[in-house]
Amino acid sequence: MKHIRPAILLTLFFVVFTGIVFPYSLYFIGKLMPHQANGSLVTDAKGVVIGSELIAQPFAKPEYFHPRPSGTGDLGYGTFDKDHAFAGSAGTNLGPTSDKLINGIHKKTPDGKDDPSNFDGVVDLAKAYRSENGLSETAKVPADAVTRSGSGIDPHISIENAHIQVSRVAKARHMSDDQVKKLVDEHIESRFLGVFGDPVVNVLKLNLDLDKSGK
Amino acid sequence: MSVNGFLQILIYFGIIVAITKPLGAFMAKVFEGEKTFLYRILRPLERMVYRICGIKEDEDMPWTTYAIAMLAFSAVGMVLTYVLLRTQGMINFAGLNPQGVGAKEMTPDLALNTAASFTTNTNWQNYVPETTLSYFSNMVSLAIHNWMSAATGMAIAIALIRGFSRKSAKGIGNFWVDTVRATIYVLLPIALVGGVIFIAGGVPQNFLPYQVVTTLEGAKQTIAQGPVASQEIIKMLGTNGGGFFNANSAHPFENPNNFINLLQILAIFCIPAGLTYTFGKMVGNTKQGWAIFGAMSAMFLTGAFVCNAAEQSGNPYFAKAGIMTEQTTTQPGGNMEGKEMRFGIGASTLFATVTTDASCGAVNGMHDSYTPLGGLVPLFNILTGEVIFGGVGAGLYGMLMFAIIGVFIAGLMVGRTPEYIGKKIEKFEVQMAMLVVLILAACILGFTAMSANTSYPPGATAVTFDDKHAADEAKLPPLASWNHVNTSSPSNYLGATTNNTNNGGAHGFSEILYMYASATGNNGSAFAGITGNTPHYNVTGMIAMLVGRFFMIIPLLAIAGSLAAKKRVPESLGTFSTDSGTFVALLIGVVILVNALTFFPALALGPIVEHFQMTPTRKPI
Repeated sequence: MKHIRPAILLTLFFVVFTGIVFPYSLYFIGKLMPHQANGSLVTDAKGVVIGSELIAQPFAKPEYFHPRPSGTGDLGYGTFDKDHAFAGSAGTNLGPTSDKLINGIHKKTPDGKDDPSNFDGVVDLAKAYRSENGLSETAKVPADAVTRSGSGIDPHISIENAHIQVSRVAKARHMSDDQVKKLVDEHIESRFLGVFGDPVVNVLKLNLDLDKSGK
Repeated sequence: MSVNGFLQILIYFGIIVAITKPLGAFMAKVFEGEKTFLYRILRPLERMVYRICGIKEDEDMPWTTYAIAMLAFSAVGMVLTYVLLRTQGMINFAGLNPQGVGAKEMTPDLALNTAASFTTNTNWQNYVPETTLSYFSNMVSLAIHNWMSAATGMAIAIALIRGFSRKSAKGIGNFWVDTVRATIYVLLPIALVGGVIFIAGGVPQNFLPYQVVTTLEGAKQTIAQGPVASQEIIKMLGTNGGGFFNANSAHPFENPNNFINLLQILAIFCIPAGLTYTFGKMVGNTKQGWAIFGAMSAMFLTGAFVCNAAEQSGNPYFAKAGIMTEQTTTQPGGNMEGKEMRFGIGASTLFATVTTDASCGAVNGMHDSYTPLGGLVPLFNILTGEVIFGGVGAGLYGMLMFAIIGVFIAGLMVGRTPEYIGKKIEKFEVQMAMLVVLILAACILGFTAMSANTSYPPGATAVTFDDKHAADEAKLPPLASWNHVNTSSPSNYLGATTNNTNNGGAHGFSEILYMYASATGNNGSAFAGITGNTPHYNVTGMIAMLVGRFFMIIPLLAIAGSLAAKKRVPESLGTFSTDSGTFVALLIGVVILVNALTFFPALALGPIVEHFQMTPTRKPI
């Protein structure tokens, strides 16, 4: 059993070196880049942290751009209240032939309330998206607008999705469509090197700038 | 298939081709003990480790000793992790457990599963990291295995290469030295540079408690924090894949943008690809390495194209609901369920293919929500035995095993004793290789069949108890606890093990099959809808991971020992050339054939039947 000694000592080396020294080295290097190392937090005018530019926030009011729907196990988007604890990040994990994914679940409890297991399928989400944005009942909706992301906190939407929401936001803010659309186009982040990934709009950053524009 | 998706795959592949030779040549030097440009800086550290641990650098081990050392190292690591996970509530200093999680979240069966998972380079996660693990557990109990298991994998691959490169030798190298060199000269420099770039790109690295904020519309939101970057880089580089967050590399903190995403998939493939060149270099004929590389590349590219095409063509049910399916310049189209907008279809499917080709298992989108054919690609990749580049080390030794079977079959066809890299492949080597193939297949199919048919009390229908009904709960037979969801409140008894699936019908079966394929293949990605955190799945999953790791490594070390002892046969006119296109085709054929024959029936019941169910004329399930 002469191998037990090196096995234990080498494991301890890994504990100290890769388990403690390595993460703390990066931690101290990260202090040179505090914004990124601390989670890309954004603050309001008073300096209060109101979120992270990398994490989606729920938006339902018409004057804000809306993010993609969320599939996290709590209230969505990592939000919580006294009845719903923070549950981490997650997608729905529903498969392509799932009735729950397509048509959703709409049940009533015996006392006439909505069942807690109720769930909006993509058909419901598409319907809601159309009525919210004043589209016709047969209008095509962008794929990202009615599907839940892998993390449930996807901070981005597609350009098409943002453009469709422009009129609603403009109307609610008494701005012209052109003013809002101009702001949206300033927020487009293109593909990396023009090839990798998809072009996107960051919803929180866009909404913050909308608020800053003062209307 | 979109033009952009096509370009992403090709450019990515081009970079991998460019990395392979320099990194492979560097690794060959490292493992041969030659001086590299890092020698002067890192040699003192290497020597210090040998001195502290009592490792004799010049000791050469026969394969049995090598295997025992590897097992001892794995066992110590697994025990340590189990103990640390169970006691994580007591380890609360220096802000390393700000959320105050403890042993209640880490039950014994879950801790066992997790310890086995990280020790075997699988990183299957039956827990939600955000609410189950302290920073200490992530950093020390788990992330050390990202280094240890990766270094172990590389050591085993190098040992097998020595089986071919040495002649009439007793030993196949020194396990401790190989492991230390893999860590210090290969993993550490890349991880350090990569980790800094990750932070610069937006991956957090802090020890802050979770940030609670009030959003613009007034909701309370929790933003999870932690030392993410240090774990993220080694998770990709060591092909481990265990996420710091539940959503893994789909979480914007783990993978904030497409620059980082590209680095992540490059980090997954760089060492496995480089090792093919290391192999060629060490056996004295780099064309042999490129032949292996060629076979891997052909299978990778095919998978990447098919996966992209399937996801881009999307879900007919979505099309029927009036959702855009064609990609345009302003929106992604296709099947975006479970995918992140910044990655779209192209970068998501490329990641899914890479992570399952290599035994990484990190995900940047939820494979469970892929279309049937799009999800078949990751599943098939795992079922090949993780030989398409594969895990660090594991991919190469797996592919060399198929090469042995390949030359054996070619030998049968022409009636000559098969040879590979100048070594006669005889009964013992073929027996060992077939043993691996059979054990792994039996493990995957056996456990899948078991979990598709097992039923614990209360049987077919799941039962939930809240606090008021605790007395009724006590009346359930003890067996019921085998499929009880750990730490759930209210208390959840699922009964039949098929109730753990998140989807019905064929897709539910795919979730179970994917779980045991992933566990046995030491991949770690999942059709994540399945509720794995019950004693039944924790224990069976743990066994599958241990079998998949060690019943592959030990027979392969035996092959290495047997080959190293043989003489080198000079090449003659009748030798089947193993650096030719014919051999590449043969190798691909063997991998496909062995797996198609073994797993086709199971795949037919899962993704294939689901593909034919996915038609708008049929009601969804």
